[in-house]
Amino acid sequence: MKVLVTVAEVGTVEDDFEIDGAAIDERYLEYDLNEWDDYAVEEAVQLEEEGLADEVVTVTIGPERSEETIRMALAKGADRAIRVWDSSFEGLLDVAAKTEILRAVVAEEEPDLILGGVQTGDAMFGATGVSLAAAIDYPWAAVVNDLEFDGETASVHRELEGGVEELTDVETPAVLTIQTGINEPRYASLRGIRQAQSKEIAVQTLADLGLDGLDSDLRLTEMYEPEVESDATVFEGNAEDTAVQLAGVLREKGVGAQ
Amino acid sequence: MTGVLAIAEHRRGELRDVSYELIGAGRELADDLDEELHVAVISGQVEEFARSLSKEGVDVVHTVPDGAEFNHDVYTQVTEQLADELDPSVVLMPNSVNGLDYGPAVAARLGRPLVTDVVDASFEDGFVATREMYGSKVETTVEVDAERVAVMIRGGEWPGATGNGDTEVREFEADIDESAVRTTVTGFEEVGGGDVDISDAEVLVSVGRGIGEEENIELIEELAEALDATLSSSRPIVDNEWLPKNRQVGQSGKTVTPEVYIAIGISGAVQHVAGMKGSETIVAINTDPNAPIFDIADYGIVDDLFDVVPALIDEFEG
Ligand SMILES: Cc1cc2nc3c(=O)[nH]c(=O)nc-3n(C[C@H](O)[C@H](O)[C@H](O)COP(=O)(O)OP(=O)(O)OC[C@H]3O[C@@H](n4cnc5c(N)ncnc54)[C@H](O)[C@@H]3O)c2cc1C
Repeated sequence: MKVLVTVAEVGTVEDDFEIDGAAIDERYLEYDLNEWDDYAVEEAVQLEEEGLADEVVTVTIGPERSEETIRMALAKGADRAIRVWDSSFEGLLDVAAKTEILRAVVAEEEPDLILGGVQTGDAMFGATGVSLAAAIDYPWAAVVNDLEFDGETASVHRELEGGVEELTDVETPAVLTIQTGINEPRYASLRGIRQAQSKEIAVQTLADLGLDGLDSDLRLTEMYEPEVESDATVFEGNAEDTAVQLAGVLREKGVGAQ
Repeated sequence: MTGVLAIAEHRRGELRDVSYELIGAGRELADDLDEELHVAVISGQVEEFARSLSKEGVDVVHTVPDGAEFNHDVYTQVTEQLADELDPSVVLMPNSVNGLDYGPAVAARLGRPLVTDVVDASFEDGFVATREMYGSKVETTVEVDAERVAVMIRGGEWPGATGNGDTEVREFEADIDESAVRTTVTGFEEVGGGDVDISDAEVLVSVGRGIGEEENIELIEELAEALDATLSSSRPIVDNEWLPKNRQVGQSGKTVTPEVYIAIGISGAVQHVAGMKGSETIVAINTDPNAPIFDIADYGIVDDLFDVVPALIDEFEG
């Protein structure tokens, strides 16, 4: 069985930052493996360790810079990686565009199971996995925080709101979007990091995938810091000063009074 | 003409609040378009639900009785068929966990561009949405170059419709392809039970990822003891198994409304805030002055928790 894991590199913003046009100024961004995808990679690697999967392949839509993140996934145990990038990509790639790219990758790889994170930490769209499933006509389940797989049926828990989980059986091949907490993602070992250096990252352009070019119907036209309606009292001074002031307020509210 | 088709959400026999918010948002968009708002309710006690959904501003409620509980294959097929028949400019769905389980499939099947987690929207010259990025640190404007869109709205952003209307109810005969129903819901499970119920607490000291390491949780426990408060947390702390599930505040954990909520090293992500914004007084301790938690806080300290918390413990124990 082959597992395909969608792995995104996401930008995280420093505490103080500036906005440049409709994007965060590059100087204030750091790049990292998407938190939710970290759990998806771990789930796939565990399936391989349990002998249920023979191969774990990652796919990333990202520029050359993202190879560092991809190596991280390889160091954690994925076997090989695909990176899709094209000089024609600019601005926002919307869900439909990503779906088209991944559909082409799936046509080549024919995976039995596709795992991806529930959402990316930067754009927070949360839609690519289920959109892909519909496009390739695979069964699916979104927001999965428990997975048991017998080789045919995936028995999953979907984490709903308010501490309720839905128990669902999904036929495979399937797409599952993975929620944090489903497992304990490993740190890459030194050995893993060394091995990752020699694992394959196949770079594909749109033409390589047999695609003509992609249209994104969504345009990100503005980015700004939200207008803060906050009327919070922010205590000033060093930690001792602020602690005294906060303690005063808390006592007034009856906190700690026994 | 149908401007907006909104899909209601229910679970275990009850309409969820977001259904009424969908009507609020849907009416606004339908007014922008000068067209009708239709609402559909799929599976379960649809007639009873339709009576509740007959709110002012809703032109038609479509009932689709197939199925008992949410099943994304049924929802996807029915929504697609309704959209084919009504041809609305906007298919409006909730950005809930179940919304995430069928909304993107509906958009893909209909070939419509999709905008998720929308917090504000208008449809004048074209569809324009406001959404957040980077854990709510920034807002963005997204414009869509299409006349037909699929949209998922965040809960709690629009006021829920209240006034009862005298809405036409129509039963919609969907043509469900059973062979394309490939998921089976086998049950539900309540999680997060156990010895403590944080939703009963009057004072909560809540710890987030800013705590860094498991052994540091002790420091926050000490503070909770000094304040005679109950310890709770954000999700990553529970994901890491540093605290049990029954301590988690937020969308997938508990909703709490204590007198005082003290958020320590918690950024204030929307799914966290959903569970604690009803607290009487909110205090935030965070090194990042731009952390969204300060937007809803009443009192704040912008400083390192490892300096502030020991000083605060001293204040109460010293
Ligand atoms: C479907 C879904 C459901 C979810 N349900 C929930 C839920 O129920 N509850 C929940 O909490 N989350 C939930 N989340 C996750 C949510 O999106 C966030 O990832 C999470 O709330 C972040 O937790 P945090 O604030 O502790 O961590 P972070 O966002 O990482 O924030 C840590 C904060 O600590 C501050 N900090 C760091 N070091 C220090 C220091 N030394 N002193 C002071 N401050 C410091 C940082 O400035 C930062 O603001 C859900 C997500 C999804 C997709």
